[in-house]
Amino acid sequence: MSATKDSQFVMEPERYELHAGPAYHFETDRRDFFKFLGAGLLVVMALKSTAAAQESGSRDRASEDNLPKDIASWLHIGENGKVTVYTGKVEVGQNIRTSLSQGVAEELHYPIDEIEMVMGDTQLTPFDMGTFGSRTTPTMNLQLRKVASAACDILIGLAAAQWQTDRAGLVAQDGKIIDPPTKRSVEYSELVKGQQLTENLPSGEPLIPATQWRIAGQSAPKVDGRAFVTGRHDYPIDQKLPGLLHGKIVRPDTFGATLASVDTSEAEKLSGVTVVHNGDFIGVAATDQALATQAAAAVHVSWKPDTQQPSNADLFEFLKKHPVRSAGTGPEDFAPYVKGSVEQALKSAHHRLQQTYTVAYIAHAPLEPRVALAQWSGDKVTVWTGTQRPFGVRGELAEAFKIPEENVRVIMLDTGSGYGGKHTGETAVEAARLARAAKRPVKVQWSREEEFTWAYFRPAGVMDITAGMSSDGAITAWEFYNYNSGGSGINTFYDIPNQRIGFHPSRSALRQGSYRGLAATANHFARESFMDELARTAKMDPLAFRLKNLKDERLRAVFQAAAEKFGWGARKTVEGQGFGMGGGFEKAGNIATCAEVRVDKQSGEVRVVRVVTAFECGAIVNPDGLRNQIEGANIMGLGGALFEYVKFQNGKILNARFSKYRVPRFSDVPAMEVVLLDRKDIPSAGAGETPIVGIAPAIGNAICDATGVRLRSMPMVPDGLKTT
Amino acid sequence: MAKITQIKVNGTVRKIDVDSQWTLLSVLRDQLDLTGTKYGCGEGQCGACTVLINGVAKRSCRTQIGLVGDNEVTTIEGLAVGEHLHPLQQAFLDEAAMQCAYCTSGMIMSATALLNSNHSPSTDDILQAMEGNICRCGTYSRIVSAIQKAAKAMPAVEQRS
Repeated sequence: MSATKDSQFVMEPERYELHAGPAYHFETDRRDFFKFLGAGLLVVMALKSTAAAQESGSRDRASEDNLPKDIASWLHIGENGKVTVYTGKVEVGQNIRTSLSQGVAEELHYPIDEIEMVMGDTQLTPFDMGTFGSRTTPTMNLQLRKVASAACDILIGLAAAQWQTDRAGLVAQDGKIIDPPTKRSVEYSELVKGQQLTENLPSGEPLIPATQWRIAGQSAPKVDGRAFVTGRHDYPIDQKLPGLLHGKIVRPDTFGATLASVDTSEAEKLSGVTVVHNGDFIGVAATDQALATQAAAAVHVSWKPDTQQPSNADLFEFLKKHPVRSAGTGPEDFAPYVKGSVEQALKSAHHRLQQTYTVAYIAHAPLEPRVALAQWSGDKVTVWTGTQRPFGVRGELAEAFKIPEENVRVIMLDTGSGYGGKHTGETAVEAARLARAAKRPVKVQWSREEEFTWAYFRPAGVMDITAGMSSDGAITAWEFYNYNSGGSGINTFYDIPNQRIGFHPSRSALRQGSYRGLAATANHFARESFMDELARTAKMDPLAFRLKNLKDERLRAVFQAAAEKFGWGARKTVEGQGFGMGGGFEKAGNIATCAEVRVDKQSGEVRVVRVVTAFECGAIVNPDGLRNQIEGANIMGLGGALFEYVKFQNGKILNARFSKYRVPRFSDVPAMEVVLLDRKDIPSAGAGETPIVGIAPAIGNAICDATGVRLRSMPMVPDGLKTT
Repeated sequence: MAKITQIKVNGTVRKIDVDSQWTLLSVLRDQLDLTGTKYGCGEGQCGACTVLINGVAKRSCRTQIGLVGDNEVTTIEGLAVGEHLHPLQQAFLDEAAMQCAYCTSGMIMSATALLNSNHSPSTDDILQAMEGNICRCGTYSRIVSAIQKAAKAMPAVEQRS
């Protein structure tokens, strides 16, 4: 690894994701588990590692003396042989239910089909800060493998005791402990029969190395895939309870508007309708959705708009003019990273170049909108909802209703995607508020318009870059500032002796938050497009230029692999054809993407016709699952690169529908090839996010190659390419 | 408002009790517990709510129950025969043509309608027929492969059923 990657330069406020509240502690008596699960073997993992503590939201990450007393993971083997694994991570389409099961199956020597993962239920699973930041594979997969490995070890011990033999000769295989010399064997279920064994995971269990994986490392189909293709899987939106009411919230037209007046009398006259007006919150609950919509329309309300709300037209100026400091952070948290002297290096540089790049707000638009079903029992509430932070939502509910967290249960069912967009609990609070008033269970399902308006967006941002270069194409100075969009991926991985890199948080024009890859998409777009500009200035091939300025072997390897598969350097054969590349390093994954575009110079239509992506994230757990994520990230990234953006004027969202907000569809899909570099010698990293960062600069660079037009704003061609 | 009291769905007549203005989507989901059909946008733009009416793909979120009449509605729950999956369902599994799978029901129903009318669609035919279905996870190319695979696997007679 290069010094750049290794540096202690932590410029990742990640303020959207790491706003977890207090460090919660899971306090369940383990004896309760045997009551709940029946007899058997229970293996728990106490929080010992820093990584586990981080996942569990421990604030005091540095102090080993002050570790939380809670449990990170556990696994139960029942008398019937049923293996149940508990994790606070959640499934939103990234297929971790499958990849985590693979890790357990591998270490436990147990069939994957017979392992059940209980995920994201605040009453049943250990605390987890949330499913984001590509943390599941590097931390939870590792934790569950350790737990499974320990369980296997204990089972071997039990068999050795039963047979009064040396445990060293025994092996675990397919749910049995086998004594090869005598050929006797015993099922796990028999070994745990009648037992109530609790084992605290011994530290330092050796795990099976990736080179010897048999279940992990192989492509595994989606767990319970059949339920998804038959419509039987219950998403949060599908939850029902007897006596269920449907809720609808009455919202203002614009951001920042305040309630001027409200008259609920007409709505209250409707039979079967409950109306709640509490502060700025106005909502109705009714026996069916049509009645709820009717009742919401019968609430007569006027809002006083906030006249200071910005619009698209003045957005980037607004962001640069409204710097802020996040709560609890001082200016030093945002002090720029400095190495050498940018000023001196620029002075003596042969070439100097300066540019500004921008990215717009975009919407996650998960196909399943926010939804929550809440049911009260006395002062206890249970909420079924789709969220990437079930424990965070539990905290939000406890705070909203002034009840202790143990009175709140949040159940997260495998959800219709999130992409970083489902971290918050507003829908859960809305449903719970209405349910409390109506004294019946209430489901609140956001409409697509609400999802496009009141969910948060990927931050817009401005990136200013200045660079100096010697006459032979060696970059000597690098100055990079990001306004508002974030610090993720802001660090350059190119070897540049003089650098100054900084992130300036701004007052956001719209509600903003996490989005797959965070600001790494914006920062890679700016950096990798600018690299292409520098290469042109130096009159060098973009690949050769990158390699000249790059020492990191892993990153060089993906650039070279992508270029080779793509046939980089081939001559153009068709009018309007262009080739481009982009890549980088983020969240322990290395990515390089090559794209081919066709630009119709008459109509301005830009088509991405071919994409090759090379990716390396250490030892691969599920190759086809990884390919699927990379392909999907390319498609999602293509939308933000070419045409997706939130239109707004004076705080009003103008394109809150799929008919107005264009997302990638079948006809936008290029031919895609994925090259996986499987580094079994490197710990597995997560891969749901980083593959998205290469596509936008690759497309932009290809458009420039085709037309000579450099596009520096994402989306690049929302209305086609204007070459005149 | 006129009341609608029955609907033919997945081969059986089901009793319902709704106003004629209700959407078919609400009837399926809220009255009949056929929740495989999904809400995605309410404006017929995403395809998550796609069902078949007499074998033709329709957006149930934009279809008033009063206009369904005696026509036969088929939902994702009605595709498999017992434990025997429809070739498209099997192909979606074989090709891993899903991530969160929220769009999957609508994708399979749109594809079923396509294969009902075109037994060996070209790639362009598939793109055109499926353009109204959104997969935010971006599994489109896998879905195209799954439809091609299912088309090959389906004997012509089965496609007309």
